[in-house]
Amino acid sequence: MAMNTSTPKETSHLKREILVRLIKAYLSGNFEENTRLIPYAMRPKNSDVPNYRCCIFKERAILRDRAIAGLGFSIEDTDDSVLLSDLAQKAEKREVPDEHPLTVLTTACKGCVPSRIYVTDLCQGCVARPCVNTCKFGAISIQNGKSVIDPAKCKNCGMCVQVCPYQAIQKIIVPCESACPVGAIAKDENGHAKIDFDKCISCGKCASACPFGAVHEKSQIIDVLKQIKAGKKVIAMVAPAMFGQLPCKPQQLKEAIMELGFADVYEVAQGADVTTKTEAAEFEERLVKGAEFMTTSCCAGYNELVDKHIPEMKPFRSDTKTPMYYTAEIVKRENPDAVTVFFSPCVAKKREALQNPNVDYVLNYEEIGAWMVALGIQVAECSESEFKHEASAEGRNYCVSGGVAKAVETLLPEEIPAHVVLVDGLTKQSVRDLKKYAKNGMCDLGNLIEVMACTGGCLGGNSTVNAFKPALKQVTTYVNESKSIKEQVEETSK
Amino acid sequence: MSEKVSVKVCLGTTCFVMGSSNLQELIEMVPKKYGDKVEVAGVPCLGLCSIDWEFSKAPYVKVDDEVIKEATVEKVLKAIDEKLK
Repeated sequence: MAMNTSTPKETSHLKREILVRLIKAYLSGNFEENTRLIPYAMRPKNSDVPNYRCCIFKERAILRDRAIAGLGFSIEDTDDSVLLSDLAQKAEKREVPDEHPLTVLTTACKGCVPSRIYVTDLCQGCVARPCVNTCKFGAISIQNGKSVIDPAKCKNCGMCVQVCPYQAIQKIIVPCESACPVGAIAKDENGHAKIDFDKCISCGKCASACPFGAVHEKSQIIDVLKQIKAGKKVIAMVAPAMFGQLPCKPQQLKEAIMELGFADVYEVAQGADVTTKTEAAEFEERLVKGAEFMTTSCCAGYNELVDKHIPEMKPFRSDTKTPMYYTAEIVKRENPDAVTVFFSPCVAKKREALQNPNVDYVLNYEEIGAWMVALGIQVAECSESEFKHEASAEGRNYCVSGGVAKAVETLLPEEIPAHVVLVDGLTKQSVRDLKKYAKNGMCDLGNLIEVMACTGGCLGGNSTVNAFKPALKQVTTYVNESKSIKEQVEETSK
Repeated sequence: MSEKVSVKVCLGTTCFVMGSSNLQELIEMVPKKYGDKVEVAGVPCLGLCSIDWEFSKAPYVKVDDEVIKEATVEKVLKAIDEKLK
């Protein structure tokens, strides 16, 4: 599967380099000063200016802004006159992470050409003029033998693009606007991208789409480092997609995470098993009562979509909680004094965690990877450490599109057949489809709709490290050596 | 014909996080493109990242004795083509 939404490689390299440097600065004992020096260390005097930038001073200013996001602050709300060292100090004193996990770096935002329809030089000024005839708004006229669009009349419908026999009319897109499934990011009066947080569902697609890397996640890495330094019992809750991220066995990954300073590691697949059992029972009950369909409820991006944009879907969405919810509940029950950190493939879980008192912090896989780089941990050389609890194959496969529905199906009785519909990635189109199902109260394609905000499932998340295909291969190997949830259910009922 | 060109893609943690995760496609692509003229493999840490701050130049790929910094699929293919000239 081609992941055309993955973050451009150069921008993720930059973001990860900043994270590594911030972590090293924190661990150096002179956090504030070494943080202040990051833009200068990355672009020292007389060093080459990257060819995409006008001068070294702007490049440093942008690196400074990227570091602000790495420190966990909003770039928009931070005054340019504040020193990075003061922000580092402020980050260390912070008690609660910011409410919204995304921030836009306007200095890096190119302020792309506004999205519009454009007639290129390829226009042949043909006799048929399908563009003129198709336009419902009378926006196209012929001037000097070529088609010209009147921007005041054009509604951006794109009909002319489709009918031109020479493919001479193009739609110019703004990548972040085009990637956002809910129209939550748009250019402001200055031409810079701005996120409308009342609409934003935290799916992170804008961050992946921007070729300038101008949309950043606010990191909670300093908050977590601080808890570990303070000697707290910090416990990692590792979502299934993590096992596809680094080149090592799952048991080695556990050991590597312990080396970062965590007191214990729980698989979120353990919570996924609770989700599967609860959701299968719920699906059966709903269908017996005559429900037309049910959607899954494990994806944080989808849940925010329903809450903010498709309230009419609420009765059809499963009431079952997410794997993160159940895992955190188990961890806090077994370790009431623990500080919990969820290891996430996406931005959206940061929003979900803010509403859950059992989840204290969220780190994404880029941040975990950067932390291992900073400490020089070689995952492939780590010893193997077993998990205390053995999660099921189905639970470990939750991160793959289709995995959640398949898990639920495994536990359904024969007389309750599930007809699975996969919404593999939220787009403007799939959001329209979901709205339609909710409005009609039925879905003619099936009765169990699994919704994943990211294409491919969590493995396609915006904050992943590994490419999709090798990650899938690694996760599948782990799944294949795990026991089925059926065996687990049979054992407990004995 | 001289010896085979050897391509080593570093899959140590640092290189992997800094981008060699995206170079894994070389391991399938290179034999298809060059047949048995080129030998390609993912290898454990080459030790190039641990020197001072050199992590920022990861991922590293070695084409014979030549070290490619901040490697991309394109850079590696270009280096192979040079060797085969």
